Amino acid sequence: MTRLILILCITLFVTPTVSARTFVFTAIPDNDETRLIQRFGKIATYLSDTLNIKVKYIPVKSYPAAVTAFRHNQVQLAWFGGLTGVQARRLTPGAQAIAQGQEDPKFKSYFIAHISTGLQLADDLPQAFYGKTMLFGSKSSTSGRLMPEFYLRKQLQNTPGEIFSRVGFSGNHSRTIALVQSGAYQLGAVNYQVWEQELADGKIDTSKVAIIWTTPDYPDYHWTVRGDIDAVWGDGFAAKLQQALFDINDPELLAAFPRSGFIPASNTDYDVIESSAKNIGLLD
Amino acid sequence: MLKLIPDSRTSQVLGSFILLAILLFITGDISITTATPGAEFQRMLAGLLHPQWPPFDALTQVLLQTISYALLGVAIAAIGGFILSLFFHCRLIRIVCASVRAVHELFWGLLLIQLFGLQPLAGILAIAIPYTGILAKIYAEIKQEIQQRKKLYLPTHSSYLSQFFYADWPQIKTDFASYTLYRFECGLRSGTILGFIGLPTLGFQLETSFMQGHYAEVAGLLLIFYGLIATVHWWGQFKFWPIYLVLALIYLWPNIIFTGNNLEWLLHQLIPLPLSTAEVNFYSWFKPILTEQLLPGLWQTLVTGHIALVLSAALALILYPLLSHHFGNPVTRWGGHISLVVMRSTPELILGFAFLLLWGPSLLPAIAALAIHNGAIIAHLTGRHSNHIVLRPDAPSGINSYSYEITPRLFNQFLVFTFYRWEVIMRESALLGILGLHTLGFFIDSAFESFRLDVAIILIIAGAMLNIAVDSAGRLLRQYLQLPGHLVISNNR
Repeated sequence: MTRLILILCITLFVTPTVSARTFVFTAIPDNDETRLIQRFGKIATYLSDTLNIKVKYIPVKSYPAAVTAFRHNQVQLAWFGGLTGVQARRLTPGAQAIAQGQEDPKFKSYFIAHISTGLQLADDLPQAFYGKTMLFGSKSSTSGRLMPEFYLRKQLQNTPGEIFSRVGFSGNHSRTIALVQSGAYQLGAVNYQVWEQELADGKIDTSKVAIIWTTPDYPDYHWTVRGDIDAVWGDGFAAKLQQALFDINDPELLAAFPRSGFIPASNTDYDVIESSAKNIGLLD
Repeated sequence: MLKLIPDSRTSQVLGSFILLAILLFITGDISITTATPGAEFQRMLAGLLHPQWPPFDALTQVLLQTISYALLGVAIAAIGGFILSLFFHCRLIRIVCASVRAVHELFWGLLLIQLFGLQPLAGILAIAIPYTGILAKIYAEIKQEIQQRKKLYLPTHSSYLSQFFYADWPQIKTDFASYTLYRFECGLRSGTILGFIGLPTLGFQLETSFMQGHYAEVAGLLLIFYGLIATVHWWGQFKFWPIYLVLALIYLWPNIIFTGNNLEWLLHQLIPLPLSTAEVNFYSWFKPILTEQLLPGLWQTLVTGHIALVLSAALALILYPLLSHHFGNPVTRWGGHISLVVMRSTPELILGFAFLLLWGPSLLPAIAALAIHNGAIIAHLTGRHSNHIVLRPDAPSGINSYSYEITPRLFNQFLVFTFYRWEVIMRESALLGILGLHTLGFFIDSAFESFRLDVAIILIIAGAMLNIAVDSAGRLLRQYLQLPGHLVISNNR
């Protein structure tokens, strides 16, 4: 008996370990994990082939977990949203935003509503918001929380807590759509890209949930690297990595994102995000 | 049926507890907000009835991670707890132990992840630290109980240590072992739910499946989890531990990183902002934290915890006959045993998560989750206790026996179990805020999300103080009601 357990344990525990020199990256979990693994698995293969090093994607559970993994050098590269990127760079001196999607400088959010609210697409946020229930994405999502809340406060001159009878956080955009569609919440704020993608996939029942307002443009998702990667991976590594991201032209890979290509980004591109976050009290 | 309540003090206290619970239930934030809870329930049920498993590889990884965290965490806690229990007469040690165990392991996890990143050290210590506090207390209580029972004759000048090892140790080691094994079982539960905050354990997979509505996979993972817990007495025996510990260490070692300057960073982050930055005024910084987070969070935690306590007790009274030899037959008892094991083994975070999906956000999912989990535990303890009752040959049976004989006779012991559970319920009620209900956990989680660790630590300390207060209140109540002081510790599982 004892021996059996022993053998079982040894066979189970002797598992291959990841080599110390694997380049690891992560992404904020803004979408269903299946989709993330599909998308970033492709990126890992691409980067690995292009840069001739081992590249691995690790999924994380939450937005702050992505930031924490980045700060602790457990990942060297990350696909952040506007706000998480700012958080990560404030916590990790030397970190640089290096690339963003072509669509990302002009990103936007949709406010969506369950059909039972009777709300329709409008130019301004309606006073009818008062007393409704509202669902944001993750607490530190740029398109699912920060910018929607920023415009909400600007237009209705009140905090979400004062406007709505209940404010919830779903964790990610797919869930926000599902929960508003099911009627668990009356209103929601989502990343427009996720909405369009789920609409194309046939996951959205437009007889139950509809877009009622679109925010103005703001910069959002981007790739950020740690400042110390050249020291570890050799001079010019960050530049090579950046070029590799710009060179992505495989339609299948881009469609998984979904972006039409990647273009340069810099830390100052997100100053507007930082000031908006300070404005609504998400950053000090 | 109504001769349950033995004397007026008890009926006063219980009456006011129940009345308060009803009042809070009516006025509190309790509702079913989903438009069609039935549809989701059907999908959940369909999934639960057709369990599926993730790929073997992924499953082995999460299981090994979960078990390794629990093993190493509990081993460290057992050593630490044992050493601290030797000095438990010292007030400072008691305060330290009470403080570390008043903070839920998930909050320790959130804090330690900031210190170490997402790596095994954070998970192991998140279990080890609070468990050290718990084990020190329990070890000390066991020791005290034994020492009161028997005084062995040793030379008067024998040292404290030789008294301990020659006189006490032989008597207490089985109680120690049995309680430590129970803690290991708890450690597996804790290890599992640490996955909810991002460590790569069973909970990580569970949350992923839940979030995407893959209920078949949720069912598969839960079955494996029950299997793990149900067989722990077989594979978790202490004679295997030396091997296990070495293997766990070998398994986790490649991922463990001891980082240098992070402690300094963390300590700096924990200093309240106004003290580290001159331009922020303390009052204007603290006031919104107090009025918008701390007080509402504490209030919702109290409301949830109180209603859950009363419901747990009620549920336990209904359920305990399922286990008792005085009722039913072997088949019903077997069925009762299985259902109680499932109810109490499922971590309340997972129950809460499921109810939240079903009913939408209000305090209701948290209350139901706490009541089911804790009600099943109290029912289990009470049911087992009832087996010690010896009946007269002409005693009534069935409902008469339940109402007039058994329940009245074990009522005091039932209250002891319930009041012991009070503190645990409060700690868990704070925690369930992580799911999005506005108990303290919600605000703590939010503070971590915005990397305001100074705010997080204030809220965590407030939660710990609430816990210590509830613990003392429970002790005072037990005294006031003149309930038996000791809990039969070896019975506590």
